[in-house]
Amino acid sequence: MALPVRKFDAVIVGAGGAGMRASLQLAEAGFRVAVLSKVFPTRSHTVAAQGGIGAALGNMGEDSWHWHMYDTVKGSDWLGDQDTIEFMCREAPRSVIELEHFGMPFDRNADGTVYQRPFGGHMQNFGAGPAVQRSCSAADRTGHAMLHTLYQRNVRANTHFFVEWMALDLIRDPSGQVVGVTAMEMETGEVYTFHARAVLFATGGAGRVFASSTNAYINTGDGLGMAARAGIPLEDMEFWQFHPTGVAGAGVLITEGVRGEGGYLLNKDGERFMERYAPNAKDLASRDVVSRAMATEIKEGRGCGDSADYVLLKLDHLGEELIESKLPGIREIARKFANVDPVRDPIPVVPTCHYMMGGIPTNYRGEVVATAGGGREAVVPGFYAAGECACASVHGANRLGTNSLTDLLVFGKASGDTTIRFLKENPTFKELPGDAADVTMERLSRLDARDSGESVYDVGNELRQVMQMHCGVFRFPDLLEQGVRRIKEVEERVARIAIGDKSKVFNTARVEALEVENLIEVAVASLVSAHARKESRGAHDRSDFPERDDENWIKHSLWLKEGSRLEYKAVHMTPLSAKTIEPKVRTY
Amino acid sequence: MLFRIYRFDPEKDAKPYMKDYQIELQATDRMLLDALIRIKAIDDSLSLRRSCREGVCGSDAMNINGKNGLACVTRLADLQSPVVLRPLPGLPVIRDLVVDMSQFFKQYHSVMPYMVNNDPPPDTERLQSPQDRSELDGLYECILCACCSTSCPSFWWNPDKFVGPAGLLQAYRFLADSRDQATSQRLDDLEDPYRLFRCHSIMNCVDVCPKGLNPTKAIGKIKDMLVKRMV
Repeated sequence: MALPVRKFDAVIVGAGGAGMRASLQLAEAGFRVAVLSKVFPTRSHTVAAQGGIGAALGNMGEDSWHWHMYDTVKGSDWLGDQDTIEFMCREAPRSVIELEHFGMPFDRNADGTVYQRPFGGHMQNFGAGPAVQRSCSAADRTGHAMLHTLYQRNVRANTHFFVEWMALDLIRDPSGQVVGVTAMEMETGEVYTFHARAVLFATGGAGRVFASSTNAYINTGDGLGMAARAGIPLEDMEFWQFHPTGVAGAGVLITEGVRGEGGYLLNKDGERFMERYAPNAKDLASRDVVSRAMATEIKEGRGCGDSADYVLLKLDHLGEELIESKLPGIREIARKFANVDPVRDPIPVVPTCHYMMGGIPTNYRGEVVATAGGGREAVVPGFYAAGECACASVHGANRLGTNSLTDLLVFGKASGDTTIRFLKENPTFKELPGDAADVTMERLSRLDARDSGESVYDVGNELRQVMQMHCGVFRFPDLLEQGVRRIKEVEERVARIAIGDKSKVFNTARVEALEVENLIEVAVASLVSAHARKESRGAHDRSDFPERDDENWIKHSLWLKEGSRLEYKAVHMTPLSAKTIEPKVRTY
Repeated sequence: MLFRIYRFDPEKDAKPYMKDYQIELQATDRMLLDALIRIKAIDDSLSLRRSCREGVCGSDAMNINGKNGLACVTRLADLQSPVVLRPLPGLPVIRDLVVDMSQFFKQYHSVMPYMVNNDPPPDTERLQSPQDRSELDGLYECILCACCSTSCPSFWWNPDKFVGPAGLLQAYRFLADSRDQATSQRLDDLEDPYRLFRCHSIMNCVDVCPKGLNPTKAIGKIKDMLVKRMV
């Protein structure tokens, strides 16, 4: 069945930081660009980022992008691609300055420059330490300030937003080139084909794949689901970041900036336990290290509370004045979600799913790369990705705090620029295949036709429970094995989902059902990839293979939906201009 | 706990009605949004917007027992039963608790909500003293949830002509920024019997803002700037 068609030079899916940084490049260059977003742009999840943007501005003391690059490679546990990491760290200062010129309300130093705070894993002098102040911040609302600034700049550029439009499927022609997407207008339920010369995904993460998550409800991996269904591999999906400080019970994020400003963690004995796990960096070790330390404390019975299932984040010693000026949002969250005022009492926290290191494979120009013609990194023509949905791979096996905002600024812009070059070199539209909308229509009519079946709510919860139990901070061979089996059962249930609500008008039951179809691809990819990786690296920690295995496993996993099979590709160990940072034992 | 919720689906309902839901709450249900998600699991036809569930994205603004607020940061323990939920007042209803916010965003877009600085950008940041930066506190934190504008009688009467508290707060956010160069253009645009001067300091906006911001104060400062400009 043919759908109404709308034509644009480029379609960007997602209006968070990466999508809006990319759309700005395209709109300011005069291209007809459509930005599709499930939510009004300023409601995208970038809004929830708190701590800051990593960039070696050197405003607080000596710093260099080489040091930032070293920290990022080490943070990635040597799984990150060193060319993309060099690109990100080198471009970061320019990206932050640009954002300031757009009007970003950064905090300031007495001399008027942008204020920077310490953050986990960011050190002076190639990891030797001490900590460096590299995180450019606007109180503890950096993401909010940044997302609004980018939206405002897009208003100025007259960017064409399609607000509350959900992209449903990626359209590729027989040669594999990407020529558009299908999308649903939520207000009317109407489905359209967007025909484009280029498509850029900036759909964000999929943290809602875990039961306990800092992520917004909208983070359902829509871009990954669409890519996987269209035959694009998903890279390094076994690597999920558990943020050390989610509010116990609620999951809401407490920024690492709290520890950057001098806060620290305590177990039930009042011991500052990070001193045992990371003697140098202590509470500012990288997130995988701190989360594992916390989980170990809890596992060994040194957790706090009646069930001994959380630890405490102490910051009262920072004083009310500093908390009010630098961490006001945290105080608000702690009061609302933990019933404590951190000016007086510590906040109960637990490691909570926060960030997806894996995603749609890209290179440092933001082009999507996939297996073709015997190679693993053939550029998929007309397809770009940036931000959390992409795997560049700058974060490797563990992302450093602040580098997500750096990633989306740098690669949002780079992918926008690469798209512009492609549009200039390819001035004509490729033909839409006759069956362009078939996959989408089949999915929608199946949902509409079915009157009874599984509930979205039950199946979604089961999916999240399986991930939580089988793919968490610590991973065990038997649990991974069972997890793969259980998630395949969930996959079968997803195919039987039925919705009671058949209305065309703002039908959020339909939206949620379509989201679960994306989440399941993410969950299967994660469990299958985790089960296969027989080592411990960064956020992937296996009881049966406790050591990092550089001989066999410095390679990226690529999961393909067809046959749920895995391929592997080499990690880029050669930077663009700097010297290779050779793997070594990672301690903080 | 009993919830009485405004329902309207233009596809099948001739007119809106209130529907009751009696819900067994769990110990983990802390906020109103938790209860709404539980209700949606029982009746998937209830439509509402929600995303961050921590009060920063501004999606789930609604009228809660007569007062505008965000469902995700409204504690169930603080609510009287039955909890009466309606869409934000004064805006067209698309369905159930989902309103058409076009008019609200149109007013926001009308205040040039972006920084204007026509000097060639330097290689470094534009310097701003901590004091000048602190002028933006209480302004930039707005989440565009529309709790304020849709609680303002002046906005109800003239949503097409009065900018409303949210838009004016943002207008002042740029007027207050030491880096912005469009002060006189911004003031010219607001010097109008409707755009700015429909504000009668009723202060409903201050009362409902989930972020504790004070649009009335910002509006007063814009008025001060206009007076200063005249003398």
